[in-house]
Amino acid sequence: MVQHLDRLRETPSQTAGPYVHIGLTPNVCGITGVTPEDLGARMVADGVRGERITIRGRVLDGAGRPVNDCVVEIWQADAAGLYNSPMEHRGAADPNFTGFGRCAADEEGVFSFDTVKPGPVPGPRGATMAPHVSFWIVARGINIGLHTRMYFSDEEAANRDDPVLRRVVPARVPTLIGRREGDTVHFDIRLQGEDETVFFDV
Amino acid sequence: METRGMDKRLSNLASEAAPFMARDRGRHPPAYAPGYKSSILRAPGEALVSFESTLSEKTGPAFGHNVIGALDNDLIHNFAKPGESAIGERIIVHGRVLDENGRPVPDVLVEYWQANAGGRYRHKREGYLAPLDPNFGGFGRSLTDSEGRYWFRTIRPGAYPWPNGVNDWRPAHIHFSVFGSGFAQRLITQMYFEGDPMIAQCPIVRTIADPAAIAQLVAALDMANAVPMDSRAYKFDIVLRGRRSTFFENRPEGN
Ligand SMILES: [Fe+3]
Repeated sequence: MVQHLDRLRETPSQTAGPYVHIGLTPNVCGITGVTPEDLGARMVADGVRGERITIRGRVLDGAGRPVNDCVVEIWQADAAGLYNSPMEHRGAADPNFTGFGRCAADEEGVFSFDTVKPGPVPGPRGATMAPHVSFWIVARGINIGLHTRMYFSDEEAANRDDPVLRRVVPARVPTLIGRREGDTVHFDIRLQGEDETVFFDV
Repeated sequence: METRGMDKRLSNLASEAAPFMARDRGRHPPAYAPGYKSSILRAPGEALVSFESTLSEKTGPAFGHNVIGALDNDLIHNFAKPGESAIGERIIVHGRVLDENGRPVPDVLVEYWQANAGGRYRHKREGYLAPLDPNFGGFGRSLTDSEGRYWFRTIRPGAYPWPNGVNDWRPAHIHFSVFGSGFAQRLITQMYFEGDPMIAQCPIVRTIADPAAIAQLVAALDMANAVPMDSRAYKFDIVLRGRRSTFFENRPEGN
């Protein structure tokens, strides 16, 4: 005999399906008048602190075809490295920055977010995590949402010391680096095959 | 002096977001599930890289009541013309969002979407011959209350055929998207209806290997909470990942 741990089990995931837009971006798919603006459509407000950037990329499947029915969500710290979250206890994040973005990919599988470059964030055991943006991808054919991260090509030194990147085999690290070109950061996500993006179990 | 130091450590522990317990992947569908053909080219082939949740996953966005409109949890009326309502069997869906420790998860956003009573979605890629209901959009959302409860009114969605095998049909279902207090808890799933013989035949349901896990997706008919002469009720609780306790953890950096 043994005592019970008395724990519940997580609800299993199911695919978001091809009509995910009805639930996550209703205005994009023509269901207007229910909610004035889709959630996560605007991350920055006037007076936001930090460097304005646009993150843009494509999601591609194992055959190299665009995943044109996915929804991409991002979550990131503000320019000072603070999260706009009740679970952030180090200080108050920039009130003009939500940190959360949601975008339905277009016919070419392209997503885009107008945001700011995040600051570095404390990591485990005294380490510092390089500036990064957390991604979560759902779509038809994806049975459980995929977590990954985008780091920045102009943060080479910080990336070298990043505790998460250090867990990734060096040959695959480039799949996690967004390529900075002026104010735009290019970041493609490959679900499968050659140059497959590294996905995380967090 | 000693007591003081102790107090400081205790308050430090209490003010810190705890990491999540590891996800039991055996309970979820695998990425590659060939019975569901769409997963074949969309499943990563490499192993996931595991690490304990950091601040980036322990935190997550929060949404206030200001984002929720008065009819957001009433799918019978939120897309209908004034004085009209959606066609179908009227139902109430309610439940609680809990974590694996059994604690309610308050103030989190739950979004839901579904086909109409005939099994047809309001979506440009939808090609099923069942008609659109001009008074049904199929989208709604709720914020959980202080006890983690949510509820909404809708019509029971119809089953629909889909191109996978030549004669595959989805059982009646409602899609759910749930936020927790941390981004690592983000979850999308589907709710099925008690007693539906189509559940066991569905290739998407069958991506889940564990029958107990499938049972967790089937809402129970809840006649005790039905509204007489109006709507029957179904109860669907959702469990998100729990945070682990952080006993005796030394965090000199105080993050
Ligand atoms: Fe569906």
